[in-house]
Amino acid sequence: MSKAKLVILDCWVSPFCMRVKIALNEKGLEYEAQAEDLFGGKSELLLSSNPIYKKVPVFLHDGKPLCESSIIVNYIDETWSSPPLLPPCSYGRAQARFWADFIDKKVFDACGNIWRSKGEVPVEAKKEFIEILKQLEEALGDKDYFIGTTFGFVDIILIPLTSWFFAVEKIGGFTVEAECPKFSNWMKRCLQRESVAKVVPPPEKVYEFVLMFRKMQGID
Amino acid sequence: MGEEVKVFGYWASPYSYRAELALKLKGVSYEYINEEIFGNKSDLLLKYNPIHKKVPVLLHNGKPIVESLVILEYIEETWKQNPYLPQDPYDKATARFWIKFIDEKCFPTLWLAAWSAENEREKVTNEACEYLKTLESALNGKKFFGGETIGMVDIVASSVGYFIRVTQEIMGLNLLSADKFPQLFQWSEDFANCSIAKESLPPRDKLLPFVKGLIAKYQQDNAKA
Repeated sequence: MSKAKLVILDCWVSPFCMRVKIALNEKGLEYEAQAEDLFGGKSELLLSSNPIYKKVPVFLHDGKPLCESSIIVNYIDETWSSPPLLPPCSYGRAQARFWADFIDKKVFDACGNIWRSKGEVPVEAKKEFIEILKQLEEALGDKDYFIGTTFGFVDIILIPLTSWFFAVEKIGGFTVEAECPKFSNWMKRCLQRESVAKVVPPPEKVYEFVLMFRKMQGID
Repeated sequence: MGEEVKVFGYWASPYSYRAELALKLKGVSYEYINEEIFGNKSDLLLKYNPIHKKVPVLLHNGKPIVESLVILEYIEETWKQNPYLPQDPYDKATARFWIKFIDEKCFPTLWLAAWSAENEREKVTNEACEYLKTLESALNGKKFFGGETIGMVDIVASSVGYFIRVTQEIMGLNLLSADKFPQLFQWSEDFANCSIAKESLPPRDKLLPFVKGLIAKYQQDNAKA
């Protein structure tokens, strides 16, 4: 049992785990990341801390477990208040929660519809993915970050998912930069932040993982 | 100084209901506008919720807030009286966990169990029962999920405790029964009998034929396909 006060049950390629680590980095908090072998066998700690979903990330604060990445990021923000990840006013917070919910409902599945497809990627899948990014691009507008001028909650929820975009681009045969240049610039801006750069793996590594996973699933 | 609070909803929607109950628990006056969501959606609805085009929409001093869970969090933060989320961050995170579980697993699977074809129903029903068992464990001997009084988990769980129970009746299913899930069943009775919860609940004698019609249409559409 780890003596560390803050522990994350982790997987390097999981965008959901990345969210938690970025939030902790933003708050300047020390933590221990325990790598879970999701294919070889999940640890007893993972299975007992998250009996319902049996998934990473699990965040342990003095041994007390929390599950579901968006909920964990909220918890981190409420427990360590500086710097704040959500805007101060209720309406701004509602906007942030709305976009986080939109991202959670749409982005990863739309990616999956492309990288999981066997043979030719359906035109509909590509169209839907680009449409979602365009909606996000419109929400971003001319701002540097999603809610205002500072890096925050929505950016943290979204940026890890973009680590899978290179794989999606290769398999789908398009680039995000060509289709959504503003969105692409936002990605580059976030990836320059130390809290993010320390956590998000190189896109080529994620692509290798996706190809291996496709073989495992009999897609390739 | 008056505050303008409006709810755009649909009388039979479990999601609209959540917004109304939350405002009532806070003692906030609001104007309710019923949207006819089957058929052409109103210009106002499309203006306030261009992305999802759905009810409920909460309008506060002209600013729209959409998605029932986002609305509930907004109401809690804006009107501080009668809090329905715990103060402690860990307890708050736990409540949010159960809310997500209800909305992503419990409610959709139960709904599916009512609608699914005969041959698929057993598998979905077994899954739904597992979720109900898990949800019951969250009650842990308390009267409400929120403790002595209705909390945010109770507001969200009304989708299961009231709306699903009505659907079950129509389909002759007995998933949320007193003998299988005594605590959860008792909770759903206590909730529905609570005067403040009752106020905006769509009356059973109106809801039953409405849901019956929905299910019949669904089955008809599926038979054609």
